[in-house]
Formats: sequence, structure tokens, C-alpha cells
Amino acid sequence: MIWAGVLVASVSCYALKLAGLSLPQRWLQDPRIQRTVPLIPIALLASLVATQTFSTGRHLVLDVRAAALLVAIVAVVLRAPFLVVVAVAAATAALLRALQP
Amino acid sequence: MFTGASQFALVGVVGAGGSVWAGAAAAALLGSRNALYGIRLSSLLNVHGWRRFAASQFVIDETTAMAIARDEPPLSRYAFWATGVALFLFWNAGTLIGALATHALSNPKVLGLDAAPPAAFLALLAPRLRAREPLAIAFAAAVLAIAVLPFVPAGVPLLVVALLVTLFGVLRK
Repeated sequence: MIWAGVLVASVSCYALKLAGLSLPQRWLQDPRIQRTVPLIPIALLASLVATQTFSTGRHLVLDVRAAALLVAIVAVVLRAPFLVVVAVAAATAALLRALQP
Repeated sequence: MFTGASQFALVGVVGAGGSVWAGAAAAALLGSRNALYGIRLSSLLNVHGWRRFAASQFVIDETTAMAIARDEPPLSRYAFWATGVALFLFWNAGTLIGALATHALSNPKVLGLDAAPPAAFLALLAPRLRAREPLAIAFAAAVLAIAVLPFVPAGVPLLVVALLVTLFGVLRK
């Protein structure tokens, strides 16, 4: 079942790319599409940041991941490279967990 | 699937206990921006036949950025294919190593690996927030996702947010 979902998602993602290269340009140049589509990743990525930091399953929780996110925000503001942002966040969470009694 | 944010989103939703279909929907929604990249690239690349099917797989954030940053079309095409092939090989090798390495990790939390995905999403998001409106949308989306989370199955907050931001984009003057 899980692989069926992965396959459908993969085919969908590929089809969207192929559509962009193949469909007549004017179909996708409607101003509403042009200004709406770039907003979707912004909203979804922000939602993923929030839900993966402040929840476990369907419960809202505040734990070391929140501190790790703060450190990651500082890294992003300082324009740190992708891997550095991820590494300092993981290191923060690991360190705080190690220090917890 | 070769588009990182979608891959992470699918894994994130399933990892949080959500349905694979909610994850697949979130992945496809995140992949919608690649269609717009395709429009930008189609005149630059000028690909037909089997090359278009190959080029499609490489239409992602990084290849688009590298291709449109060149002034000459031949350089653009070179940047697109070189970035695409290099990223495709290394990205998928990294995914494979990660998949194999999980068997060696007894408790990923000790290494803080549960804090890695939000940081990765944040790093993917940051370059898109260089203006006030995207920043406001990001905050509103984050708050909304947290607000609905206790009341719906895992993964569904993403779909609620995607629906509302689409309505906002289409209806706004």
C-alpha cells in the first residue's frame, strides 16, 4: 500500500514537470496560476516546519525540537548552507537530550 | 520521485503516522511549482522527443536557478544538464545510503534526527521569504497547521493549508 502511494506521488511529480515543458505556454500563463502556484510551497513548507516541530502524532508538544528550530532559524538568518542548518539543529536536539536528567 | 521537498513531505507525513495518500497529495502539491519552472525552461532548453522526457525529470529548483542565471542559451542548457545529472546521481546515492543506514541506528532521537526534518524544511523555505507577503503567508500557514492538527488525521493539516492558500491566491485582487 505504501509503495502504491509512493508510486502515485512520483508519477504525479514527474507529470507536473513534463506538463511544464510540454503544454502550450499560454495555458499556464494565466496570471492567477502564475501568482498562486509559488505560494503553495511557501505555505506547505511552513506547515511542515511547524507540525514536525510542535507535534507527535496528533498531540501538540513542546520539546527540544523547538530549541533546535530556534538554532536553525539563527543559522538560516546567517545564510548558513543547507547541511549546516540541518546539522546544527540535530546537534542541538541531541545535546539537550543528553543533558536532560 | 526527484524533487526534494516532495520526497521529504511524503516521508514526513507517513513518519508522523499519516496516510500515505495524504503524503502523496502533499508531495504532488509541492511539486506543482516544477510545472512553472518547466514553462520558464521550455524555450531555453528547446528539447523534443525522448530528450524532453529525460529533461522533465531534471526540472527542479536547483537546475532552474542554474539555467536561468546564464546569459547565453548554450550555457543555460549546459548548466541545466550538468546540474541535473550531478544532483540526480548524488541525491539518489544519498537517499540509498540513508535508507541502508537506518538499520544501523537503534534510536535516531539520540542523534537529534527528529529535529533534522523541520530544519531541512526551514532551509528550503528561507530563500522564498525575501519579501513581507511570503513571510506573512508562511506564518499564517504554520499557525493554521498547528491549530487544526489535533482535530484531523496526520498529513491532513497540509492539505487544509494548501486548499486555503490556493483560494487566497486565486481570489485575491
